[in-house]
Amino acid sequence: MPVAVELSGVGFAYRPGQPVLTGVGLTIEEGEFVAVAGPNGGGKTTLVRLALGLARPTAGSVLLFGEPAHRFSRRATLGYVAQRAQVGTEGPVKVREVVSAGRLAQGGLFGPLRRRDRAIVDEAIADVGLAELADTRLADLSGGQQQRAFIAKAFAAEPSLLVLDEPTAGVDAESQEALARLLGRLHDDRGVTTLYVSHEFGAVEGIVERLVLVRGGIVFDGPPEALPSAWHDPSHSHARE
Amino acid sequence: MLESEFMRLAFATGAVVGLLAPAVGFFLVQRNMSLVGDGVGHTAFAGVAAGYLLGVSPVLTALVAAVAGAVGIEWLRSRHRAAGDQALALLFYTGLAAGVVLASSAGALDVDLFSFLFGSILTVTRGDLVLVAVLGVAGLVVIGLLYRALAAVVIDEEGARVAGVPVAALNVLVAGLAGVTIGLSMQIVGILLIAALMVLPVIAAGRVAWSMSSSVLLSMGIGLASVFAGLTLAYYADLPPGGAIVLLAAAAFVVTSILEAARSRA
Repeated sequence: MPVAVELSGVGFAYRPGQPVLTGVGLTIEEGEFVAVAGPNGGGKTTLVRLALGLARPTAGSVLLFGEPAHRFSRRATLGYVAQRAQVGTEGPVKVREVVSAGRLAQGGLFGPLRRRDRAIVDEAIADVGLAELADTRLADLSGGQQQRAFIAKAFAAEPSLLVLDEPTAGVDAESQEALARLLGRLHDDRGVTTLYVSHEFGAVEGIVERLVLVRGGIVFDGPPEALPSAWHDPSHSHARE
Repeated sequence: MLESEFMRLAFATGAVVGLLAPAVGFFLVQRNMSLVGDGVGHTAFAGVAAGYLLGVSPVLTALVAAVAGAVGIEWLRSRHRAAGDQALALLFYTGLAAGVVLASSAGALDVDLFSFLFGSILTVTRGDLVLVAVLGVAGLVVIGLLYRALAAVVIDEEGARVAGVPVAALNVLVAGLAGVTIGLSMQIVGILLIAALMVLPVIAAGRVAWSMSSSVLLSMGIGLASVFAGLTLAYYADLPPGGAIVLLAAAAFVVTSILEAARSRA
């Protein structure tokens, strides 16, 4: 399989002598669904920022679809779902406007969306089950529904790589599992390479093919069932079961 | 009232300012940068004083100072050289101090300066109107053309950056537009109150808006109505126009809050 993300011997430090990551080697093939987990401060968000080319490593190299990540030429094909605290959910914005923002990089910066772009936006909204709420204000939706709107925004970009950074922070366990099932279904339908980053991986254990645990480096990389039993999160019943 | 040329000039200038200030302010308010206009207003004050000192049009020097100040805030913020509120404080106090020192040096700490601080309908000239119309309409056109891009940055700045949208350039553009708006608006609303016209109509519209685009249009409608009603009140009651305009914009917030409460009870 072609490789989507490749980190080789990667190290990173915000300050000299205080490495956040050391000796990271990670290869993610196209079409994989990978969960990246670890404690807060363990370096998982840094790892993702490196993978997306938003930060440059202090050692090693990072390739995105074969190109140096910081000079990646097809950025419009990257879908990104940020932590909820970083996005504008309080303002007077409706679901369709949020999802339309995902078409910006494809449709061009100027003028209104074209008909084809609008159709893709409608399809993405329907895919996450929000068709009935497309013209509802985001602030009037639950946390789980708001997150689905942002997932639809990422899918509106028709991404070749989808990255979700702590997508379930502040969402209850039931909504986390519903979100995981939705992501599993969308991954099966569209085959998009997906990186799910979270300090809580219980909700996606039954969905992902591969789990990567990060604590200053990669301390586990394999199928979730190979994880020592003491590391599993008992609060989730595994969405696919 | 409109038989007087100075009122016709004030209304024509006010129409542009009433539409432009909330349109630009919307993108500041939604990014929790409501007070940027205040900081930039104080650099505009330094620009006015520099104009007196240099013997050139205070409107032009204020425009240059306001744009430089706004872009400076954005640079400090984006480079993490200072937290947002620290960058603002730096500009706020430096601008005010520079304004006082420069105005004093020019021997201009007088009534003329006061009219720039609180607005005066008597100060707008035909030349000012041409400048406001050209730059103001250009600003509105830019916002119209780039509306989707500016909205995408408001909704999810990091997501836009990942997708290769030129977020830094768009943020500098908004800062530059804020500087232009303040430079153009100071004669009508006054340096100390212009930020209010960028923020209050947006907050008022947000109480009843049903979408982002409706919020922008309602903000502009409230801004325009506040300017027209405020100028009329200032003319007949002999009040400073800035104070009258801003109080009416604040009243619009009270009205939309009541409407919102009534709607949520229904």
